[in-house]
Amino acid sequence: MRQTPRVRWGEFAIESLIRVIGFSTVGFVIIIFLFLLREGLPAFAQINLDNLFGTRWYPTFGLFGTLPLVLGSALITITAIVIALPLGVATAVFVREVAPNWAREILKPMIEVLAGIPSVVLGFFGMTLVAPIVRETFGAPTGLVAFTGALILAYMSLPTIISVAEDALDAVPKLYRDAGLAMGATQWQTIWRVVVPAARSGILTAVMLGMGRAIGETMAVMMVTGNAARMPLGLDALFRPVRTMTATIAAEMGEVAHGSVHYHALFAIGIILFVITFLINLAAASTMFRKRRRGGLR
Amino acid sequence: MRNRFVAQRVGFALLTLAALVVVIPILTIVATIFIRGAAAINWEFLTAMPRDGMRAGGIFPAIVGTIVLTLGTAIVAIPLGVGGAIYLSEYARDTWLTRSIRLAIINLAGIPSVVYGLFGLGLFVLLMGFGTSIVAGSLTLAIMTLPVIISTAEEALRAVPTEFRTVSASLGGTRWQGIRYIVLPQALPGIITGVILGLLRAAGETAPILFTVAAFYLPRLPRSPLDQTMALPYHLYVVSTQVPGMPAKIQFGTALVLLALVLSLNIGATMIRSYFRRRRQW
Amino acid sequence: MSEPKIQIQNVSYAYGDQQVLRNITLDIPARAITVLFGPAGGGKTTLLRLLNRLNDLVEDGRMTGRILLDGADIYAPGFDVPGLRRRVGMVFALPLPLPGTIRENVTYGPKLAGLRDHARLDEIVERSLRQAALWDEVKDRLDSPANALSGGQQQRLCIARSLALEPEVLLLDEPTSGLDPISTAKVEGSLLILREQYTVVIVPHSVQQASRIADYAAFFLMGELVEHQPGKRIFTTPVDKRTEDYVTGRFG
Repeated sequence: MRQTPRVRWGEFAIESLIRVIGFSTVGFVIIIFLFLLREGLPAFAQINLDNLFGTRWYPTFGLFGTLPLVLGSALITITAIVIALPLGVATAVFVREVAPNWAREILKPMIEVLAGIPSVVLGFFGMTLVAPIVRETFGAPTGLVAFTGALILAYMSLPTIISVAEDALDAVPKLYRDAGLAMGATQWQTIWRVVVPAARSGILTAVMLGMGRAIGETMAVMMVTGNAARMPLGLDALFRPVRTMTATIAAEMGEVAHGSVHYHALFAIGIILFVITFLINLAAASTMFRKRRRGGLR
Repeated sequence: MRNRFVAQRVGFALLTLAALVVVIPILTIVATIFIRGAAAINWEFLTAMPRDGMRAGGIFPAIVGTIVLTLGTAIVAIPLGVGGAIYLSEYARDTWLTRSIRLAIINLAGIPSVVYGLFGLGLFVLLMGFGTSIVAGSLTLAIMTLPVIISTAEEALRAVPTEFRTVSASLGGTRWQGIRYIVLPQALPGIITGVILGLLRAAGETAPILFTVAAFYLPRLPRSPLDQTMALPYHLYVVSTQVPGMPAKIQFGTALVLLALVLSLNIGATMIRSYFRRRRQW
Repeated sequence: MSEPKIQIQNVSYAYGDQQVLRNITLDIPARAITVLFGPAGGGKTTLLRLLNRLNDLVEDGRMTGRILLDGADIYAPGFDVPGLRRRVGMVFALPLPLPGTIRENVTYGPKLAGLRDHARLDEIVERSLRQAALWDEVKDRLDSPANALSGGQQQRLCIARSLALEPEVLLLDEPTSGLDPISTAKVEGSLLILREQYTVVIVPHSVQQASRIADYAAFFLMGELVEHQPGKRIFTTPVDKRTEDYVTGRFG
């Protein structure tokens, strides 16, 4: 028992493997990006830029204007966040600050269930049950419009927004609450004037992560937004069909010839998506890292 | 004085309303799909091949396909994910490299699923020559699942008190022995939870398999890992948008099977977590 | 006096930019109880953890100087660290039983060292638990969970766990700080027996405890070794004013 048995080759091997695996996650991100570049960059050479950033996407006629797709994604993402943010933050405040225990015990698993529902199931539900309601309520000719997509997306990003906002509220020191109450404020005033403002950087993170989730969503959006690649301008744009970047890739990639201009154009959209989500996540991550540094410990 | 309490009452009412607006649609979705889907569920639906251009018969190959894809994903994602988590929790020091790994994981988690599909198509299907196949689809899903597994498993590993590692070292244990005999067994329930959460995400995803493995209509079981297969999420997409005259019963039935599969995994993960949390000794 | 078991030569240690030990030079004799005492924050625990290189696990800690065990530099490159920790056992301030049964706790170290023979392991369990004065209390429930034991029993289990490796040196960091007087007396009793065979280095829980068990004592104040003397002289006739103030209870 005096000596370490042999040289531990097995142990050395497994520790090296673990290190390699750790580093490989960075490798994956890089490989994914390189692949998108490899397949997407030719599009920028083959299609002139006026066309590529134009307003018309009709691949069969050689028109690859990505602008309507980008705006389509932006329209429903922003609408979704406008719906989801107040709902999500209010729910988080309710869960953390107000709800009696039994309500919390019901709410938390319900929200987890929502997070677990596959997007294709939500899309199916949206097209069969939500779209008809939207059509009748707003008197539109079809229910498969941007607004329906935004509604579904709002619910898809709710679990993310709620859980990040909850963490943010959790991080507000109890002292703040006590100080508010001690000054004679009601519980509501304390929540509204002290706790929520103190958590706002965390709530901002929640918004960004929710947006990242929403902009990348594919199946549900493709199934409920009607998929018309038109510029979503004008006041009624929300109640007309619209098409997103994600839906375009998903719908068309299956039918293009590998290596064609259209194929590269779809990868180019992939690059745009990757860059947008990368930036959003970078921004969200930097607020999280900053918070962690301030928090000390680990 | 009165006004402040009126404001409080109104405020709390609004918060409660918001929570209801969140919860009621969730209940509606689950209840609708369970009620309307239940009518379609019978032995034939679960175990037979689809017939009549999928308008009749069952969804057996889609169920099998999803199970096979999930298992394939597990084979690749579990060692990579748990290994990565062990690295981050037990080996990594706070360097720029570690920070870039964390950043990479956050970004992997944020990449849209359809972009994973593009990547899988470019690398696994075309460049590596796997074709549209179970291998290509599983690899794509595995990389997508990785960040979920890594972050939950890392959290579970970090929850094991540092003192156990110190004690193990003080008894002549190498770092790996401490991990192998003390830390991993203690973190196992949390790791399992993370793995299930990651895999259920993979099981329910459609976009990454669209161009890497999914078959539109293939009324037989896959014969090899290089074969295509049907899968439940894609099948639901197909029967609800691509085939005219599809009976609603089949659509809701497919949705129900998929939802039940995913939710039961979800509930299983939650139960494992709370059971072990209660039993934990520290 | 024969060659000291451990020679600490000019050791300084810092966490980041916080200096916790300054130029410590101290010989620790074999088969005796050496007591490192002084007010909290004096660097005693850090010194203890340097003796079996447990502080290797701490990020951004820096050590200078040399520590020799039987004349060999334990910080020399390529030194077998797990092997060192088997030779130099450690008991912590809080009882920290590993998850698992009493038996598993005791056999953890020997098993890691590669011992698989059940008969030998059973022997080790009985011998170490007897040495730690715990055998009679637990011999009928070796396979029940270790954390079901009382605090005092857990701490003696931790001592037994270290003894299972038959170390040459046993380091104890305030081993009785969480214990009641009866358990404390039991632990001290076993230490007095253990010194026949082992080199014991202990950070005591109080000056009283230090004076009860010391064969050799060293007084630490704010990272410095103020004075050290064989026997219990330091408690009755300290040389340094600061030591005197501390042992007579004027501060600390």
